[in-house]
Amino acid sequence: MNIIGKPLRKVDAASKCIGQTVFADDIFLPQMLYAKILRSSRPYARIRAIDTSAAESLEGVKSILLGQELPITFGILPVSQDEHTLAIDVVRYVGEPVVAVAAIDEETAEQAIRLIKVEYEDLPPVMTIPDGVKPTAIPIQAYAEEGNIHKSVSFEFGDTTSAFGKADLVLDDVFFYQGSTHLPMEQHAAVASYHPDGKLTVWSSTQTPHYVHRALSRVLEMPASRIQVIACSNGGGFGGKSDPFSHEIAVAKLAMKSGRPVKIALTREEVFYCHRGRHPVLMHSKLGVGNDGRFTGLRFQTILDGGAYGSYGVASTYYTGALQTTTYHFPTYQFQGARLFTNKPPCGPKRGHGTPQPRFALEIQIDKAAELLGIDPADLRLKNLVPPNSLTVNWLTIRTIGLQRCIEKVVEASDWKNKFRKLAFGRGIGLACSCYLTGAGLPIYWNNMPQSGVQLKLDRSGLVTVFCGSTEIGQGSDSILAYIVAEILGIDCSFIRVVTGDTDLTPVDLGSYSSRVTLMTGNAAIQAAERARALLDEAVAEELKIPKNRIVAAEGRMFDSEDPSKAVDFAKAVQLAEAKFGTLGTVGSYTPPKSAAKYKGGGVGPSPTYSFSAAVVELVVDPETGIIKLEKTWIAHDIGRAINPLLAIGQVEGSVYMGLGEALMEEQEFRLGVHKTPSMLDYKSPTSMDMCPVETILVEEPDPIGPFGAKEVGQGPLLPIPPAVCNAVYDAVGVRIDEIPVSPEKILKALKAKSQGKDGRYGPPSFPAIEYRDAMFILPPWEGGDGRAMNQPEYTRKGV
Amino acid sequence: MRKKRLLKLTVNGEQREVAAYSTRTLLEVLREDLGLAGTKHGCEVGECGTCAVLLDGQPALSCLLLPTELEGHNITTIEGLAQHGQLDSLQTTFADLGAAQCGYCTPGILLIAKALLAENPQPSRSQIEEALGGNLCRCTGYLKIFEAIELAASNPSKVP
Repeated sequence: MNIIGKPLRKVDAASKCIGQTVFADDIFLPQMLYAKILRSSRPYARIRAIDTSAAESLEGVKSILLGQELPITFGILPVSQDEHTLAIDVVRYVGEPVVAVAAIDEETAEQAIRLIKVEYEDLPPVMTIPDGVKPTAIPIQAYAEEGNIHKSVSFEFGDTTSAFGKADLVLDDVFFYQGSTHLPMEQHAAVASYHPDGKLTVWSSTQTPHYVHRALSRVLEMPASRIQVIACSNGGGFGGKSDPFSHEIAVAKLAMKSGRPVKIALTREEVFYCHRGRHPVLMHSKLGVGNDGRFTGLRFQTILDGGAYGSYGVASTYYTGALQTTTYHFPTYQFQGARLFTNKPPCGPKRGHGTPQPRFALEIQIDKAAELLGIDPADLRLKNLVPPNSLTVNWLTIRTIGLQRCIEKVVEASDWKNKFRKLAFGRGIGLACSCYLTGAGLPIYWNNMPQSGVQLKLDRSGLVTVFCGSTEIGQGSDSILAYIVAEILGIDCSFIRVVTGDTDLTPVDLGSYSSRVTLMTGNAAIQAAERARALLDEAVAEELKIPKNRIVAAEGRMFDSEDPSKAVDFAKAVQLAEAKFGTLGTVGSYTPPKSAAKYKGGGVGPSPTYSFSAAVVELVVDPETGIIKLEKTWIAHDIGRAINPLLAIGQVEGSVYMGLGEALMEEQEFRLGVHKTPSMLDYKSPTSMDMCPVETILVEEPDPIGPFGAKEVGQGPLLPIPPAVCNAVYDAVGVRIDEIPVSPEKILKALKAKSQGKDGRYGPPSFPAIEYRDAMFILPPWEGGDGRAMNQPEYTRKGV
Repeated sequence: MRKKRLLKLTVNGEQREVAAYSTRTLLEVLREDLGLAGTKHGCEVGECGTCAVLLDGQPALSCLLLPTELEGHNITTIEGLAQHGQLDSLQTTFADLGAAQCGYCTPGILLIAKALLAENPQPSRSQIEEALGGNLCRCTGYLKIFEAIELAASNPSKVP
């Protein structure tokens, strides 16, 4: 390997360091107008009237857009097409878009929206989980399952009741994971240009240009073939730019109405209202364990505080129950989850999408179980690991699993055995593990086409252009394409140009979400590059008069393995192939394998393969103030194989950082329907002075399904951090904080309660009564099941 | 009534004249009126450090500065960091060590680092942490940024 596994620069690294990378707000077009959006000031209200007359007569205002002009709804999931571009009749959260204005400059547009008068009739807002589960006369969304319960799901895999009966120890706990937001440094922006020939182009800071493409076509009632969506480099995404957004559609319509290009750049406050971040989740977990430390069953209930619209929420709901089973073997498992509509900005996918919350609960509960059983928490986890090449209780296919090595590595590196329960009062160490998808098994809308495509163009100069619909959000997806193609063609990255994220130019890739990009675009790139190699090999073999199987491509040459002096340089090889076959181009694509889970709802959770992580956090708690000082984090991540270890470690460190932020300080709170902290100063996130050293250990056991053996790294390493922090706090000062963020106030309350002889715990006191609908019964694989529910009508996937 | 005013600014060593609304911040004038879009913005109210530039060599937030008050001062933006097509040693180490992920906070952080090294050529880790205390980065967890600054400081002449 000349490229794969090397700590190379990213292909766009230099551009980013000289300020030349073009983000959406960096696009300036001749005659361009600027748009602003008037947003709701009410959490829940009927719109009585909108008066735009003063704005219309303001000099410099070119176009005003109201909700009625775009009556068709959109949404990321086919089952929740519930958003209007601009509100019609009802607003459901503070910050919901109501009117859009395009004017000659930003200042004029801003002045115009201040001149617009909206008359509201307030409705009683629903802002909390306890309120959301109550019956209501005015449900936030008419299509909700019942009251404000958007969606509930219920599965039983085997008989947990008898499993708990057989257990020597049953733990029963309630946990809460607070909501947080992505806070990408780049505020969302979009630019639209409409040509009189009927062609629309939209540039946007989006992680999912393909889904924006579909939403624009649907809402504007325009054939998708006339719309071009270009995903600019994203200034951070983390899931926050994965939905089609109101402002993207609004600028497109304003460009069509005004006949001029239109840009919108959101303010930071507006980014908080776009949200789609981490769902606050209340959880009830019941874990059965034998005296030997083997788990007998898990029963897990969740309630998600969803905000006012669907977004990815149905998938998020399933995800709060999907991946508990992929790290530890549970002979039986029951999961019930429900998502509520509340009058807040919609929640959606943030790094780890729906799985950090249950992982938090499970990993703390295991820590509690270990203590009660007198078993080291690392050993308790090792006793229960899911074996490789197996099916989980909920029918997920585990291929490689390097979790055992991950645990062993962090235990060794952190000197765990000499520290756990042995450090002085105030200093503590905690361990947790996790698992994440390497790409969702199914696309967001059901179809039988590939999830990722790559085209290669080979120029006679020796330049290879890689076209792929993937989206560079800072994770290095453009570089991964270049490395893979370069490796197979035996050239270095200077011979490669990557063109991505353009629906006119590049074959579809579904987008930068679910940690799918390296695996799916990588496999598509391998196929395309190998097809190109076949053409080159044949032409070069003919030229060198040797058999094809003796051709080696490396260091910009193609040569005879038996006599390396018999060679042509790469450009010459392309010319020979072009002369022989005509213009050179190849394609590759990737479709994930079919899942064994055939029950309804089993579409969320399957992945081509899974990554695993284990983390140890050491910290100091000041018992007088409750303030936590982080000492160090050790994390081992099973990545299969690192295509570029430098970038992989960067992803791990960034995930650890974001996990620490959620564990210690990040939270979205509301008061009287209003976001309490919609600014970067008030919404606390870790600064350079809060970060602790991180020792990253990459565990490499190549996975047969990953490109060169690679699995994901962008999301999984966040997951073990919040529970490891809470477990470390317990080790430090002996109190259980069963919710995050772990604020000094919560630690002090728990310490005080403990000193008064009460339970040294801070966390939600109870779990509300809620009825989960339509339980499905599915036999686990080892009880003779076939992956279908026993009480379910024949369930078939619809085609395109 | 908003009026445009003729500004004479020294940006990256060049005299620039531009007519801009007097209410516009330096950030807006740089990006919208002077075509220097390398300076980014994350909040526009002085909270995130993304729009940092150097004013007479000292760190300053361009979103909080009014250009009408800056005539006669030297403004350095990210476009002025590389000289004659050669990357500054900080730009090189940031690119080599993966200190720029999405790259959006990078211009501001590079300029803060440049000012730090000018004042303190061998900063300790905690001095680097403190210097960057006003610059948020959501991708890297800051660690690769610290390492890149340390590498650039360790031997600036040896960095290619």
